Amino acid sequence: MKIILKQVILFNPYQNLNEKNDLLIENGIIKKIGNISTDEFNSAKVFDFENKYCVPGLFDMHVHLREPGREDEETVETGSNAAAAGGFTGVACMPNTNPAIDSAEIVRYIKEKSSNHLVDVYPIGAATLDRKGEALSPMYELFEAGAVAFSDDGNAIKTAAILRHVMEYSKMFDAPIIEHCEDESLANGAMNEGLTSTILGLPAIPKIAEDLIVMRDIMMAEFTGARVHIAHISSKNSVELVRQAKKKNIKVTAEVTPHHFTLTEEALKNYDTNFKMSPPLRTREDVDAIIEGLKDGTIDCIASDHAPHSIEEKEMEFIFAPNGIIGLETQLGLALTELVHKKHLNFSQLIEKLSINPRKILNLPIPLIKENEKANLTIIDPDLIWTVDVSKFKSKSKNSPFDKRILKGKSLAVINKGKMFFEDKFFDIM
Amino acid sequence: MSLSSRHLLGLYGVPKDDIQLILDTATTFREVLERPIKKVPTLQGKTIVNLFYENSTRTRISFELAQKRLSADTINFTTSTSSTKKGETFKDTVRNIEAMKVDMIVVRHQSAGVPQFLTRITKANIINAGDGLHEHPTQALLDMYSIREKFGELKGLNVCIVGDIAHSRVAMSNIFGLKTMGANVSVCGPSTMIPMGIESLGVKVINNIDKAIAENDVLNVLRIQLERDAGRRIPSTREYHNYFGITSERIEKNNKNIVILHPGPINRGVELSSEVADGPYQIILDQVTNGVAIRMAVLYLLGTMVN
Repeated sequence: MKIILKQVILFNPYQNLNEKNDLLIENGIIKKIGNISTDEFNSAKVFDFENKYCVPGLFDMHVHLREPGREDEETVETGSNAAAAGGFTGVACMPNTNPAIDSAEIVRYIKEKSSNHLVDVYPIGAATLDRKGEALSPMYELFEAGAVAFSDDGNAIKTAAILRHVMEYSKMFDAPIIEHCEDESLANGAMNEGLTSTILGLPAIPKIAEDLIVMRDIMMAEFTGARVHIAHISSKNSVELVRQAKKKNIKVTAEVTPHHFTLTEEALKNYDTNFKMSPPLRTREDVDAIIEGLKDGTIDCIASDHAPHSIEEKEMEFIFAPNGIIGLETQLGLALTELVHKKHLNFSQLIEKLSINPRKILNLPIPLIKENEKANLTIIDPDLIWTVDVSKFKSKSKNSPFDKRILKGKSLAVINKGKMFFEDKFFDIM
Repeated sequence: MSLSSRHLLGLYGVPKDDIQLILDTATTFREVLERPIKKVPTLQGKTIVNLFYENSTRTRISFELAQKRLSADTINFTTSTSSTKKGETFKDTVRNIEAMKVDMIVVRHQSAGVPQFLTRITKANIINAGDGLHEHPTQALLDMYSIREKFGELKGLNVCIVGDIAHSRVAMSNIFGLKTMGANVSVCGPSTMIPMGIESLGVKVINNIDKAIAENDVLNVLRIQLERDAGRRIPSTREYHNYFGITSERIEKNNKNIVILHPGPINRGVELSSEVADGPYQIILDQVTNGVAIRMAVLYLLGTMVN
């Protein structure tokens, strides 16, 4: 089947591409850019995306799909649907499932579940068995089965000794170690520590709980020569630690979530558990430092930390409610609204952080907008104004703090693996 | 005159006029408590649930007595969070209780924010009887009432709260209420027990107990709650007593006019020596009596509001 994207702005900073043209896709392959004949127009399904942006498919390197174990909250399929609806053609999913992704069977199980979906799903393997921080997981085997990185996400890798071995071992196949940076002994709390936690009377987590582990991990990466990726960075000092480490050419990369560059701890004033996350929302000065880090490249990418939780689990007394929010369907809108429209980043930097850099970190090929390449694309209207409505989300869970928020910028369609998602529907374009 | 809110969730941000009204109303009820017949028909026909998810004897009894003195019908629901955590959700429990047509809920819970949560899921008036480390407004009101009774007014008084400020909802409610009423508030305790950012609330931090006694008119001495993590913040209760305990010698050396409050229950020999706990400087049992009057005032003002 032939489809034509009419008069789109073909935009890929990785290729230095920025031109308005027609794009012909045949059976999932980019066949022609421009010079499309009237006959071809007549025989193809034409999408009028004039002046909308066509970029390499967006990629979210930090999501929780909850399968296996908590299929009531999300599955590989519903999470992938949410990804497509949010403009993503690829995700990497965290191993804190039940059982954890610490065997090749589970890596294959997840890949199998996603094989027929538009969205590419890349499992991240547990760094240690059952994420307990005691013994190495079969990392090589997981890698060969398709794991693209390793993490004990939910927690930092428990001890420096096991971290050392995880890092040394990962070098054999150049996979990054993704760290959830929080010192467990300091992280027994429900929000950031400071004046606001004093007023709200919630048990609190000091920023140094994050900074200490970021520092440990950077030093261990330097010592072992391995690659470390700092997940959901949230504190000002941690941004500075990553900046200095990069200057010393230590192999460190970092991501930030939309909630950590959009919200502050002030949002907790009504004890709404949809603002409870780990690491917790911080202060204005942290948000400013994060934006600075995004601008100067200290922070390489944006990832959602999409963490589905059931309504009954979230609608609970604050200290008992689980951490985390869903983010796949609001991520692009928040990034455009908060970063691009507020002129912190230009559109090209945004696409690097939402599509190109995460794939580079995970050693995945970058989709090219070029004849005879597979079409792996996201169509974006950066100026579309829309209102978030969680009841329309594809995700099985609804725990978003952004319901009813007005955002500027949205994905209109995604194309990958011979499939397209447009106007709320999936269809084959083979 | 009526209160500006139909709930009492805390004293943070509560206007001066509201606090004044509660204290003045309590004066009236305090007189009622001295009569041979201590009951008034004010809340007849109103149903109040005491929803206690955390152990409490005195606060619950004080509320219950206040409710009975006002002729309200009361139900006690007492449970520990650990037993409900795995069964029915908190929301379901509350919805069930509300379906029995209750007008007011007095709630104590180990999680901060539960009273706010209740205002979102029920229509009843909510009174916070202590939530996590957040607030315990009726305790602070009865403390303020007792201080006012002693000094005539709160404005300009120097009040120091002593103990584990970081883990005390009583301290926070006192700070908010006293500041609003124009008192000069300081805190004194080991530095591991002073919460972050407390100075930004206009509160002075004193690290020396002799200085705290010398500089203040009132000390509100908190219970050292070893069951609440205090054990990791101080080496021992012995060391605490040696450096922060209030003793007769310290009072006599520094300030014989000091007035000592304590929300109870007292750890004798830890935050107060027995001599001080029973001595002439303290007004601890007045606080208990005033507590009933304050709770009557709050229940009355909220219970008779036109919603």
